[in-house]
Amino acid sequence: MTGNLQEVPRRERADRHSRNGERSESLGAAARRRLTGFSRTLRDNGFHIGLSETRDALAVLTSPAAKQPISLKPALRALFCATHSDWVRFDEIFDTFWIGRDMRQRQVLSGMPGVSHAPARRLAEAHVPQEALGLPDDTERRNDGGAETSADGRGRREGASRTELLTATDLRHIVDPDDIAATNALAARLARVMRVRLVRREQIRKRGRRLDLRRTIHRNISHGGTLLDLAWRQRKIKPLRLVVLLDTSGSMSLYTAFFVRFLHGVVDAFREAEAFVFHTRLAHVSPSLRDRDVTRAVEKLSLMAQGIGGGTRIGDSLAAFNRWHARRVINSRTAVMIVSDGYDTGEPNELGEEMRRLRRRCKRIIWLNPLIGWRDYSPRARGMQAALPYIDLFAPAHNLASLAALEPYLARV
Amino acid sequence: MSLKREEIADKLAAVGYVADHDIATALWLMDLLKRPLLLEGEAGVGKTEVGKALAAVHGAELIRLQCYEGLDQNAALYEWNYQRQLLAIKARETIGENAEAIEEHIFSEKYLLERPLLAAIRRDQPPVLLIDEVDRADEEFEAFLLELLSDFQVSIPELGTIKATAIPRVVLTSNGTRELSDALRRRCLYHYIDFPDVDREAKIILTRVPGVDTTLALQIARMVAAVRKEDLRKVPGVAETLDWAATLSGLEMHDLRQEPEAIYETMICLLKTQEDRARVTREVSALLLGKVA
Repeated sequence: MTGNLQEVPRRERADRHSRNGERSESLGAAARRRLTGFSRTLRDNGFHIGLSETRDALAVLTSPAAKQPISLKPALRALFCATHSDWVRFDEIFDTFWIGRDMRQRQVLSGMPGVSHAPARRLAEAHVPQEALGLPDDTERRNDGGAETSADGRGRREGASRTELLTATDLRHIVDPDDIAATNALAARLARVMRVRLVRREQIRKRGRRLDLRRTIHRNISHGGTLLDLAWRQRKIKPLRLVVLLDTSGSMSLYTAFFVRFLHGVVDAFREAEAFVFHTRLAHVSPSLRDRDVTRAVEKLSLMAQGIGGGTRIGDSLAAFNRWHARRVINSRTAVMIVSDGYDTGEPNELGEEMRRLRRRCKRIIWLNPLIGWRDYSPRARGMQAALPYIDLFAPAHNLASLAALEPYLARV
Repeated sequence: MSLKREEIADKLAAVGYVADHDIATALWLMDLLKRPLLLEGEAGVGKTEVGKALAAVHGAELIRLQCYEGLDQNAALYEWNYQRQLLAIKARETIGENAEAIEEHIFSEKYLLERPLLAAIRRDQPPVLLIDEVDRADEEFEAFLLELLSDFQVSIPELGTIKATAIPRVVLTSNGTRELSDALRRRCLYHYIDFPDVDREAKIILTRVPGVDTTLALQIARMVAAVRKEDLRKVPGVAETLDWAATLSGLEMHDLRQEPEAIYETMICLLKTQEDRARVTREVSALLLGKVA
């Protein structure tokens, strides 16, 4: 994080400044030192505190309120906290520092992130226990033999090409915990990159049609108010909205963990994104994914995503989506992305019918099928057959490279 | 002008805002340090109410800017009155005024339409500027806002720079739909508002809904607290609690145990999506009721 690097010299200046402390003569030098120590403890715990905060804290200490210790804590809390996670941790740090007298300044409270660690807010940076993600549990079928699911060692190689390698490896073959973490980080980043590029392209692309009245009038005063020379305003194009429906049934279990991460990345990066998971029923998961506490978000979602092994009811799930959610989450600039292997235990006709309904509503339907990446795959599953006519893009999604290949397509939507 | 912390707490109570202890401190600190206050918390915990209460406490005007995606400076800061400008150009041209004079004339105060941000810095008495749901606005707008909040001056190319006559008290609220920039966060004091605890919520009901007695208020508050613990899509806020309390009071209910069926039916005041409604069934409702009443 470059922000952190830039921050450092300023913080030091702040320290020196407040140590010289010419600002508040009335305040005892000891108290000032103690406040500086407190600021430093907070910084060690990942708070962003600069010169102005320390200065303002001195102002608080010199104000009449300082005589009432009870209002000191809320005052410093309001001043030093900037986020909810700061808010939650502040009381403990405050109490330890001001009440537990023997606390050393440099000490980092147990369980708190260290100096260089910004609070882990993004999924890519947070470590999540593997079990919590519902990773491969081999209870389900694998029709092309178990050999492929075991590690073939490729993912373990060290060096610069490691990332590249991970990008091309079938997700089923990534088993090493480190590699899994790396893959998930890549997935989150991929989602972010997609968004950045998509937005930028939109801004450069089109000249808009809206008249900029303010400029137009200014320009045409010399024509006596007759509007000859028009000023146009760049039209802001509605951002592409992505709605992702993720199949988390048993047959998808090897890919679920990865796509849950991808889903979080998408919801995190696109302002306009909605996420759903389904197996036998549909669940709206965007709110859980927006949870600031990343670990909790993923855990919560993994619970919802656990397939019941009773098979997938894609048709029913789509029906639920069309009935309850479509009106709210779909607009004219929406691409619906369905991630599923197409093994439907429901009625194929129903799936076809629901796909037809969905098609009428949204701009594009993209169906990602991890199986396409397999050798000799053809969409023979009856459900898949029924859905095919309504799909705009039928693409593989068995590795990171195939996901990355989607980006140019989305840019054109 | 600035009030002591206790005075603020008392006045908050006087204007009918049932505050927790800490918010009064934060509001007092705003005046001491001349910083804006950023309020975060779930939808419906009463963030906007804080802005309104603050205006009432200081007897100041409340100027509210509701943010939305695509909000731009025209809508937030100022706009020229185009229709009048065009008319003026025509009218003055017929009496033979030259172009320069016309320009001078139509870009004067008379044709300027104030929008909330400009209004807030041009008042003689410092108003309370409530910037609601700042997370809904775009990043560019946030950057612009930051500039305004540190200098309290804006430049209008045709008119020149306008400096604040009085520094407004600024309250920003955010629902956390988007991560705000660090710069904005650091500029502001921060306060996180949680759902009120049972006692405070009961007190809020008593202050806001006439005709509810203490027992019922407490029961309602406990029931709402229990409902919030359910896994809901839209957790009921304080406004929903008040609606429900008013409904129950309208039905002349004095005890929640009186009519369990009516409780279930009136819970549409609290549960506002089909999913949530389906989740809190008659049985669940009865079960919760058994626990709290």
